[in-house]
Amino acid sequence: MPRIGVFVCQCGNNIESTVDTQKVADETKKLPGVVHTESYKFMCSSPGQESFKKAIKENKLDGIVVSACSPHMHEKTFRRAAEAAGLNPFQCEIANIREQCSWVHHDPTKKVGTAKTMDLTRMTIQRLKKNRDLTKITIPVTKRALVIGGGIAGIQAALDIADGGHEVVIVEKEPSIGGNMARLSETFPTMDCSQCILTPKMVEAELHDKISLYTYSEVEKVDGYIGNFSVTIKKKAKFVDESTCTGCGECWEKCPFKADSEFELGLSKRKVIYTPFPQAVPNIPVIDKTRCPKILKDKCGLCAKVCGPQSIDFTQEDQLVTEEFGAIVVATGYDLMPKSKFGEYGYGKITDVISGMQFERLASASGPTGGAIKRPSDGTEPKNIVFIQCAGSRDEKRGVSYCSKICCMYTAKHTMLYRHKVHDGQAYVFYMDIRSGGKRYEEFVRGAIEHDGAMYLRGRVSRVYEKDGKIIVQGADTLSGSQVEIEADMVVLATALVSRDSATTVAQTLGIGYDKDKFYNEYHPKLKPVETVTAGVFLAGTCVGPMDIPESVSQGSAVASKTLALFSSDKMAREPITADVNTQTCNACWDCLNACPYVAIDKTEVKDRKGNVVKMLATVNAGLCQGCGVCVCACRSKAIDLNGYTDEQVYAAIATF
Amino acid sequence: MKIKLNKNDIDSALIQQIERMSGETIKRCYQCGNCSGGCPVSYAMDIPPTQVMRYLQLGMVEELMEANSMWVCVGCLQCFSRCPQSVSVANTLEGLRQLVLRKGVDHDRIEDIPLPMLKSAPQQAIVCGFRKFVS
Repeated sequence: MPRIGVFVCQCGNNIESTVDTQKVADETKKLPGVVHTESYKFMCSSPGQESFKKAIKENKLDGIVVSACSPHMHEKTFRRAAEAAGLNPFQCEIANIREQCSWVHHDPTKKVGTAKTMDLTRMTIQRLKKNRDLTKITIPVTKRALVIGGGIAGIQAALDIADGGHEVVIVEKEPSIGGNMARLSETFPTMDCSQCILTPKMVEAELHDKISLYTYSEVEKVDGYIGNFSVTIKKKAKFVDESTCTGCGECWEKCPFKADSEFELGLSKRKVIYTPFPQAVPNIPVIDKTRCPKILKDKCGLCAKVCGPQSIDFTQEDQLVTEEFGAIVVATGYDLMPKSKFGEYGYGKITDVISGMQFERLASASGPTGGAIKRPSDGTEPKNIVFIQCAGSRDEKRGVSYCSKICCMYTAKHTMLYRHKVHDGQAYVFYMDIRSGGKRYEEFVRGAIEHDGAMYLRGRVSRVYEKDGKIIVQGADTLSGSQVEIEADMVVLATALVSRDSATTVAQTLGIGYDKDKFYNEYHPKLKPVETVTAGVFLAGTCVGPMDIPESVSQGSAVASKTLALFSSDKMAREPITADVNTQTCNACWDCLNACPYVAIDKTEVKDRKGNVVKMLATVNAGLCQGCGVCVCACRSKAIDLNGYTDEQVYAAIATF
Repeated sequence: MKIKLNKNDIDSALIQQIERMSGETIKRCYQCGNCSGGCPVSYAMDIPPTQVMRYLQLGMVEELMEANSMWVCVGCLQCFSRCPQSVSVANTLEGLRQLVLRKGVDHDRIEDIPLPMLKSAPQQAIVCGFRKFVS
């Protein structure tokens, strides 16, 4: 006969207001196998847990039911307490009588709530009687981290993990690390130059003996599970031997062919053999194979002729490498909404309507104009410049529903940079709200308005068109209730920050979720902001959603701490809620294998003494299994059971209902 | 209403003169509306205090000259005492009044006021009236 204890929590008034917990305790005690029951105001409090442990010992209990809040809240707490009192933690079960009972019933006579609590508790008791002792699974950990994306978030994560003493590989699809931050001129609210604060970190990553940079590379395939990932990386052909190239620049000096620079967003040209920007890390060029005449039609080859160390190799091919990792950090960053979206703002039709990121390049000392604000059309200095915020953001109909978060701040910064460079110029800003939450951010925006004279107009722009060589901006100022028309020389759109085009492909490769805007889902938006539902895969930076540099850096460091915690021991323990195959009844139909979303089912051969294969079986890789139960439903011969949620347990619970 | 904005209007000599006379920095107003909310005579103004500041920011002095706002303001300084940015609309309106009065239009002379009115009006009203309408 089992010796079961039932603990009914009042949760202050959360449960007690609609459930008579004392009555539940009294009635439950009459059930067979139940030897101890009690009702208490807060079971999760320290005194509550103490009396819980005391009751286990005094009554020699071998099974516990806690009727309280959702197991998401305190299952861990009570299992740990049960373990401390000498019980197998998996002999402690929670009946959810708060979220699934007291909170949804409003009967002040407590009749409905009490009756339902009785049912839920009785079902859990019957279920508990069929529980088996389970032990936690331990799996080995490969102490090597993969960081996907070499922007500021990825660099920070890599540096922190490497400083913790573990090897890190950064995979970056562009020829250089640095990401979007490398494009910025100055950064708000301190106005320090982006290059000045970013390049030391890039160089540190390059020189760190624990960090390897795989630039111009992409992740092709991810196998395995937490602590034991096997990742295939495609290293795209650079046509330059990285081991001998000195980065002298002779090749891109002499290359006679040009293309629009991706890094400069089309504001200037680059050569066909190129590094994206002067401070590139590594400082090794790549050949654009879609444009190089030597590769396309075997003509030219000048770069190879001038190269001192003979590093150019036109025969190089894409290379696939497979490496083992224990944790994966996803820091793939963001894109900006494409210009084709903004017809009414003349983007794409009027040359001097540019994006905020293009303005960053114009204002940057290393940019195409050397930091001078000049119109792309004729190179003259614009005297009237209009900034349009929320271009695509907060526009459910044509753009995205969310706020891109960083535009208010960078537009204020742009007006300042403009005023500092064009003293007699006037900046106008059309905004809907000024969102400047952050340390010293509001003061920064006020500075742009009061000190640097930016004219802020509260309203959206409805139309931008050309007339007599001027750009006419038509909008509103709702504060004065007037329609506003401005003759501008240049218009800058704060285009919405959007997820990468490749976001869904990367998510599918890694088995992580994404939202309607294709930003990756956190495990919990507040309490687990850098974890994903796939154990061992972490998130950092703008692939999660719009955020600024300080936030991205914080997230980079946060994932590093998660990774280092994972790497702190050679083996890690996991909950044993996994599927189990009955080897006697499995008939190897592989329905489970097709159903499993975590690729956790393996085909295993059963051999006789002579080594002949006599039978095939499905087996579960406990490291990969997330305990979702899909295979249990798929199995035709009912050979699979989920530990902790066996058919026997579930039927016992239903039978008593 | 439609306005054509340009640098000359929003930073005109006139605006600078108003700033100088009133001692207020017009750009500092961030349009929260507290002044209009607390003003005891805002209901009687053609253009309420917050809008007065906005019109000045946009360089729309002419519209203000035609409105009664500057004459209705009693200078109680409620607007200033509540303003989070420490802007005094009352001072700004005083600046506007001075612009008008110094041109010699809308000029009240003491001798034009009928004696019975001078005798019967409260002293405070006469002092305020003279302060406001006499250059």
